[in-house]
Amino acid sequence: MKKNYSISGRIADILIVLFCTLLMLACIYPFYYIIIYSISVPSEAAKGLVLLPKGFNLDTYKGILKLNDIPGAYLISICRTILGTLLTIICSSFFAYLVTNPNMYFRSAVYRMVIITMYINAGLIPWYMTMKAYGLQNNFLLYIIPGAVSAYYVILLKTYMEQLPRELEESAKIDGAGMVTIYWKLIFPLSKPIIATVGVYSMVGQWNQWTDNYFLVSNAKLQTLQMVLYNYLNQANRFQNMTSSAIDASSVTSSITTTSVKMCITVLVVLPIMFVYPFLQRYFVKGIMMGAVKG
Amino acid sequence: MRKIQGQNGVVKRMPEGKKYFLASIPFLIFVFAFAYVPLFGWAYAFTNYSPGKSLFGSNFTGLNIFIKIWDNRMELIRVLRNTLTMSFICIATSPLAVIFAILLNEIKSSKFRKLVQTTTTLPNFISWIVVYTLAFAMFSNDGMVSNLFKSLGVDKTVNLLGNNNVAWVFQWGLATWKTLGWSAIIYIASIAGIDSELYDAAHVDGANRFQTIMNITVPGLYSTYFVLLLLAISNMLSNGFEQYFIFYNPLTADKIEVLDYYVYKIGVLTNDYPQSIALGMTKTIISVALLFTANKLSKKIRGVSIV
Repeated sequence: MKKNYSISGRIADILIVLFCTLLMLACIYPFYYIIIYSISVPSEAAKGLVLLPKGFNLDTYKGILKLNDIPGAYLISICRTILGTLLTIICSSFFAYLVTNPNMYFRSAVYRMVIITMYINAGLIPWYMTMKAYGLQNNFLLYIIPGAVSAYYVILLKTYMEQLPRELEESAKIDGAGMVTIYWKLIFPLSKPIIATVGVYSMVGQWNQWTDNYFLVSNAKLQTLQMVLYNYLNQANRFQNMTSSAIDASSVTSSITTTSVKMCITVLVVLPIMFVYPFLQRYFVKGIMMGAVKG
Repeated sequence: MRKIQGQNGVVKRMPEGKKYFLASIPFLIFVFAFAYVPLFGWAYAFTNYSPGKSLFGSNFTGLNIFIKIWDNRMELIRVLRNTLTMSFICIATSPLAVIFAILLNEIKSSKFRKLVQTTTTLPNFISWIVVYTLAFAMFSNDGMVSNLFKSLGVDKTVNLLGNNNVAWVFQWGLATWKTLGWSAIIYIASIAGIDSELYDAAHVDGANRFQTIMNITVPGLYSTYFVLLLLAISNMLSNGFEQYFIFYNPLTADKIEVLDYYVYKIGVLTNDYPQSIALGMTKTIISVALLFTANKLSKKIRGVSIV
């Protein structure tokens, strides 16, 4: 196609680039801000930061890592992310593999029973009471078990597996391979791209999840990183917001360390995602495109 | 594997379909336990159960709970006003994602396009707790914006988190900030799926860029937009719990209490289980009914089902 070199076309190009750059900055700047805040000297940072850190000071980080709850919470969050994702991948993909088989008895009923769960939601209190009845209160298993077979992931996996050539499976069957062997040796490796996508979704979901922790886990040893951050926020912010208009901004100096602590914890919470995200972005995009086919 | 000797001496196996079905049963039991069993909790809505008692120790009260909800209707009306207002603002501004996708598609440098796409989708992958900290760092009393104003000599502190007048717009802004880039991806995919011959033909006919967008790209996105619009409408009672829970504070409570928050408030803070369950149950039933209506509409108008 011939390029459009008209003046109005070039002005439009410039405007589009300008607009996209602004949007990009709006998305990135808050992250940048908390990072420069977290490495600045706290008392200087409180006076205002815009583009560059003021001074360089890692004392808050050092202090945080000495606190008992942070390293433990980091460990819990990492464990729930890894174990929860592994369980979800295995269970959801094996179930998707089963319902892909056209000969399966009651196939559409089985599939539908799982898909419907996407739309019916019992509500907060019934969920709470059920989990409690299963003994999942103050139990690490609460983090990883309930999401093992997830309707949305099953849809993505099944849609992908359906387009794999059936002949492969048929010939494996003639060679004497059973149900599990076909899944593990054939379907699972062939579905790697979509399994990667589901794995990435599940990891992000697990890392960011906190409501289960908030409602059902009070045991200090089982707190996730998100929850620890929430607790730190909760201690001061509510009060500050309530009294905000009454208090002169300069008299809030006592909260300086609180703010820098919050910023540092937030950085610690976000950092894994920011590091991993650019590398995994293509898997996210693939998932949403597949989901668009059958959402 | 069990083998059965057939009449003609051909080896027959246990029917494959049966085996696959049997293997799926553990998963079905699992799904039943975690997604269907909680539905039995709806029964509590028709009793005078209170936490700590057993279901058998409480009395059947029939539909009394709905009378109680009716008696408290002033609060519920306020909550529904907030819920529907937020949903309406979000639905009304949903074309923003389409516009963003079209603009992104017009960028000539693929490297820059990828950079924009990567950075604008990042906010979708952080929790609302982190969004709260970021918003706090930017827009609270001693946040970035207030300090910037101070250093510029403007005598004005900005505290959007506790400002009741802008609460709806602020919450909308946060939700848009978080999801805009992500929502655009699906439209970018749809644009990529539009027949390129149409663009060539338009070019031959001498259509300029704007005409091409209005006459080819936009019509090509109608069906995707329509499906997502119907889903959004059927979802309009659910604004999500996390955002409103995190950003809730007494100053903005009046504007920020949406149905998902209210179900939590009645259930957990007030400890009125039957009322909270009844509200959640009604919400789910209405949402499912809306979804089916939307699906029927979609089938009738477009010939495609959305579920």
